[in-house]
Amino acid sequence: MSAPTEHDHRPSLAVWKFASCDGCQLSLLDCEDELLTLAGAVRIAHFTEMSRATVSGPYDVSLVEGSITTPSDVRRIREVRDSSHRLITIGACATAGGIQGLRNFAASGEYAGTVYAHPEYIDSLDTSTPISAHVDVDFELHGCPIDRHQLLEVITASLVGRRPVIPGHSVCQECKARGTVCLLVRGSTPCLGPVTRTGCGALCPTVGRGCFGCFGPADTANTASLAATLRSQGTPAVVLARLFRTFNAGAPTFLDESVAQGGPVPVTFGRTGSSTRGEVTR
Amino acid sequence: MSHGTGSIRSFGVEGLARVEGEGSLRVEVRDGLVTDVALEIFEPPRYFEALLVGRHFTEAPDITARICGICPVAYQLSACAAMEDACGTIVDERINHLRRLLYCGEWIQSHALHIYLLHAPDFLGCADAVELAEHDRSAVERGLQIKRTGNLVMETVGGRAVHPVNVRVGGFYRAPDPESVASLATPLREARDAALATVAWVAGFDFPDVSGDYRFVALRDTRGYAVERGRPAFSEGRDMSPAELADLVVEEQVPRSTALHARLGGRDPYLTGPLARYALNAASLTPLAAEAATQAGLGAVCTNPFRSIVVRAVELVFACEEGLALVESYAPPDPPAAVVVPRVGTGTGATEAPRGLLFHQYDIDASGTIRRARIVPPTSQNQLTIEADLRRVVQSALELSDDELQWRCEQTVRNHDPCISCAAHFLDLTVVSS
Repeated sequence: MSAPTEHDHRPSLAVWKFASCDGCQLSLLDCEDELLTLAGAVRIAHFTEMSRATVSGPYDVSLVEGSITTPSDVRRIREVRDSSHRLITIGACATAGGIQGLRNFAASGEYAGTVYAHPEYIDSLDTSTPISAHVDVDFELHGCPIDRHQLLEVITASLVGRRPVIPGHSVCQECKARGTVCLLVRGSTPCLGPVTRTGCGALCPTVGRGCFGCFGPADTANTASLAATLRSQGTPAVVLARLFRTFNAGAPTFLDESVAQGGPVPVTFGRTGSSTRGEVTR
Repeated sequence: MSHGTGSIRSFGVEGLARVEGEGSLRVEVRDGLVTDVALEIFEPPRYFEALLVGRHFTEAPDITARICGICPVAYQLSACAAMEDACGTIVDERINHLRRLLYCGEWIQSHALHIYLLHAPDFLGCADAVELAEHDRSAVERGLQIKRTGNLVMETVGGRAVHPVNVRVGGFYRAPDPESVASLATPLREARDAALATVAWVAGFDFPDVSGDYRFVALRDTRGYAVERGRPAFSEGRDMSPAELADLVVEEQVPRSTALHARLGGRDPYLTGPLARYALNAASLTPLAAEAATQAGLGAVCTNPFRSIVVRAVELVFACEEGLALVESYAPPDPPAAVVVPRVGTGTGATEAPRGLLFHQYDIDASGTIRRARIVPPTSQNQLTIEADLRRVVQSALELSDDELQWRCEQTVRNHDPCISCAAHFLDLTVVSS
């Protein structure tokens, strides 16, 4: 990043990582055609994946990747919130707790004991929770991983002060637009397309694979209806419970349906409080 | 920051990072001798080996991809290899070729990212690639061009660059059509030329004069430079099956780290990654890559960890060249996947992630449910060797100022590309007097 000066009036952008795989931050670096332009338009003030230099806050826009899984991260996210004018969460970990949120369904300490000989050395919570369970969030961008074009739209909109244009309809409509043969109609493979938020471009049905819900629930998802259809086509409840319980297991709509299909209820936390509508009031 | 000097000088770099995340670095010097070096890893654990238990064996590739957004293909293909091993499945050679093409895409993407955005700025005194672009925009644009090509290969074969969707146990959901694969030839040719320019560029950097006495471990494959399969091989010449390696590698937990430390036979540290692959497999490199290595003056074995950037650039040439050959000989596998029938058993799978050897091992039952999972990533295997490097580097550079020494330490860790956020996530260096 350019050395910041007192006369640098560009808006500042910070990127923060909590428990995650780095893939959503990488989506920013994957904007190969736009990266240098973006770096000229904003002051990248904190982005450890990219730079060893860092500038103290406050920040105009903070992008937050990852979920909250440790006591120190509970404190750190509050500091990030306090130093950020707008806070945007990116990806399934930040918006729904991520795949590591499966610990929420396990007995306390069970996971740490499976992985570590000395779980007492590990300072980790029994839960993985979305950022919105801890602080106010200005916008949630869904996906595991997020789509880089949507990320650019959210950053651009934030910089000019308008609402990001991110659709909330389902993958299903995307398949129709692409002319992809419907897997649900064929009845060949379970597909979450009717209840999953669009954004990926309906990649899985295009390769003949059922949607597995990377982007979490769509705005008006009717999971009960889809589950009934899939059950009638022969998908066992245990498979359905697993389908709803992957990267967005903590998103309330998917969580409720996985429980309705007989999956264990979360034992260590209640509802996340996360909005499924992409936007949280603030 | 410095608090003065004395007979004890300790350096702490807080906010180093893992292996997918966060860690710090501590060095202690007494009377001019480095007495303690520690990589303290505090990346929050995500418990993949626990959450995989009870999942179906077909879910392992997609779930373990989420361990790392930088090298998801490595996780997916190691998981596939392990499950196919457990089920006794042999896949068609065309499927192996398509997997190798996908993996070349990941190597290109990951190596270009590391060379241009993460590592090169260290050698040129820049905080990051944006600052580097202010001095040499064409270099950064060249790196981004190569990286874009890697992503394009992953998107064409895998459906998307981060967490591809087209990989399954047994092969692929759909074989990409020949036209779309053929369209990769031109970008790969351009990326290959850009990769050759990359080798020449990085070979001209200044390298600290340091040498490690490494014990190398890398996959070796009689069919070519090992990427998506092979047998683990050692510096001393022997090799073994992935399952035997899994038996040999003992991981221990230390209080300072959420990453487990791996040792051979519970004793010996070792190194995986580009230096190991080059040392053990240079004879299998593609022609242009081999020539580029010679021109860069690499020799048969490279033991200067700072020159790993040159080896990575040579591997970049290889991945482009190999990818191009695979594109030109592409024949869609039909069917795109083998039928994999679960059975009670244990399977082990090993592949070469861009940053080093990665192996998975699973126990599954007759229904295909995972009963036990073990995942050993490259950075956990390399961690003790990175600490040994730090010891050597600090010892040989005590004349540097605190700021310079801190940066040198960061660079020493980045030499081994320990997953991305690791690579750039350092904060304060503290020096305290006795």
